[in-house]
Amino acid sequence: MSATEATEPTEATEQRTPIRAKQRLGDIVFSRAALISGSVILLILALVAIFLVAQSLPAVVADPGDFIGQPASLWDYVWPLVFGTLWSAALALVMALPLAVGIALFISHYAPRRLAQLLGYIIDLLAAVPSVVYGLWGIGVLAPAVLPAYQWLTENLGWIPFFAGPVSGTGRTILTAAIVLGVMILPVMTAICREIFLQTPVLHEEAALALGATRWEMITMAVLPFGRPGIISGAMLGLGRALGETMAVAMVLSPQAIITFALLQSANPNTIAANIALSFPESYGVNVNLLIFTGLVLFLITLAVNSIARYIVNRRKDFSGAN
Amino acid sequence: MTATQAPAGITNSLTQGRLHPRTPWVILGLSLTAAAGIISLISAATDAPFSLVGAIALGVLFYLVMIVVISRQVEGSRKATDRFVTALVTGAFLIAMTPLVSLLVTVVVNGSARFDVQFFTSSMRNVVGEGGGAIHAIVGTLLMTGTAAIISIPIGLLTAIYLVEYGRGPLARAITFFVDVMTGIPSIVAGLFAYALFALFFGPGVRMGFAGAIALSVLMIPVVVRSCEEMLRVVPNELREASYALGVPKWLTIVNVVLPTSAAGIATGIMLSIARVIGETAPLLIVAGFTTSMNYNLFADRMQSLPVFVFTSYANQGVETQAYLDRAWAGALTLILIVMLLNLAARLIARFFAPKLGR
Repeated sequence: MSATEATEPTEATEQRTPIRAKQRLGDIVFSRAALISGSVILLILALVAIFLVAQSLPAVVADPGDFIGQPASLWDYVWPLVFGTLWSAALALVMALPLAVGIALFISHYAPRRLAQLLGYIIDLLAAVPSVVYGLWGIGVLAPAVLPAYQWLTENLGWIPFFAGPVSGTGRTILTAAIVLGVMILPVMTAICREIFLQTPVLHEEAALALGATRWEMITMAVLPFGRPGIISGAMLGLGRALGETMAVAMVLSPQAIITFALLQSANPNTIAANIALSFPESYGVNVNLLIFTGLVLFLITLAVNSIARYIVNRRKDFSGAN
Repeated sequence: MTATQAPAGITNSLTQGRLHPRTPWVILGLSLTAAAGIISLISAATDAPFSLVGAIALGVLFYLVMIVVISRQVEGSRKATDRFVTALVTGAFLIAMTPLVSLLVTVVVNGSARFDVQFFTSSMRNVVGEGGGAIHAIVGTLLMTGTAAIISIPIGLLTAIYLVEYGRGPLARAITFFVDVMTGIPSIVAGLFAYALFALFFGPGVRMGFAGAIALSVLMIPVVVRSCEEMLRVVPNELREASYALGVPKWLTIVNVVLPTSAAGIATGIMLSIARVIGETAPLLIVAGFTTSMNYNLFADRMQSLPVFVFTSYANQGVETQAYLDRAWAGALTLILIVMLLNLAARLIARFFAPKLGR
């Protein structure tokens, strides 16, 4: 082969072509189809951004007096909602993160091996419950159940600004909404923490145990340092989900357009998503654009949070957050 | 020769005292009993009903204190910390179980009141008080979720094939990254997107089932991609190479070797993704609206869906409040049953039809 190549270059090019794989129609069609559907996803994401921007522009240029409630400016309308969104998501994260780490540790290092997978499924069931059912449960069961505790908190710890009275009569406060949110983001955070805890090098764990460490010392020395990026990205993904959660908050919270840090009063800041869901069906004219503008703000916030989380996850290619 | 001897001050952990394996359980039982006794005394004294949650919480608190004190005396402080953390971690799991159990019990108890034949055979047309059902919502949910699945599964599966079999370089990396980002799009934003898209063609105030399906598929595609990608990556390279060695073209290798090997996993992933979007409320509330009548046409008029049915039954309670609440809970029970069945079926498929990759 090489001899003919050297002597007759024109023939060689003809001979080299058969060595390359034959271009079959099926191959071309299939790879193009795969490529196109991959690009469609990028297109969809771009379209989401473009359409949200295009539809929210009328709200930016409109006179604030046309908006419902007649706020002084666009930001006067949006800012309390942004605050409520961030505040409720942060509360949910504070409550859910220690629990999620604990559950992940329980499943990965404490529970009997045979039970571990089953227990993981049970926690995943929490993610399977639709948010509207969480909303019903939040109003029907959780809010009445926590009301005595809220009363106790305002009476005995009312000097702390968070627990300042007067207590809400229904229990439908931002703290209740945050508890529901916390339950809803538990599964995703647990799944990621569990996945990375299970990837701790077994030799590290065994070395720690062999040196006489108790199980907890082994976890603090080997598992937690290894799993820190996983915990952080799990927390960020949970935060992203809490920011965008709609129905549970819309149903549980009794909202007003205010900014307050008080957790137990009847006047609570609303979240962007819940405000859209509650106001959209009755909206008309420029108010629709206003709601789409708040949706754009929410989109950007969650995009930033999720991108940071993914960046941290992708630095370690070994594990991925999905599923 | 000098006898080897531990230096003073360091205790030998092998000869140190240890609690009997059953001791923590005995302590737990004692603390729970004591707590139950105290709580029942209090409730008898104040005429308040006996609080099971309070009793368990107090009992666990007793247990935490007791186990730390006893373990510290017998086993030393390090072991005591270990036992303390073990109790906390187990407690975290049990705390997470509480809302799940409470939610399931509540939904079953409240939902069974109207979980009858009429609920599944009649719509809400011209119903103001008792009676009525959710057949229009169930049909709407099936139509919209089905359409979303028809749109999402080919795109998602082909994208996964692209990422695993073809994708190299910046485009594949960009797709992977943005699929991950797309998983985090809030459902309400997907609804707003579908509204903005359709308002462009049909004018403001548009409501139709197909727009709902589009919103759902925006949420569904990334989930399908992620799960299919994971399953395709599990297929061992030896199988592909064996197929190439026999002269099979690449696309036939994918169709005949890779996909059948991962079929069970793909089916699982798709069912889980359907289970995820079937309970979505917010986007459908925005673009599909709500109605009391049956609507089979995806391309015209409002279309009810089961999650929105639950929400509107709760939010717009009529004169006979209880009838509306009962219908909302029955809808919630139906929804949870559908989602749980999908999840269960997906897990069973994954377990029983998984390819035998081991030798």
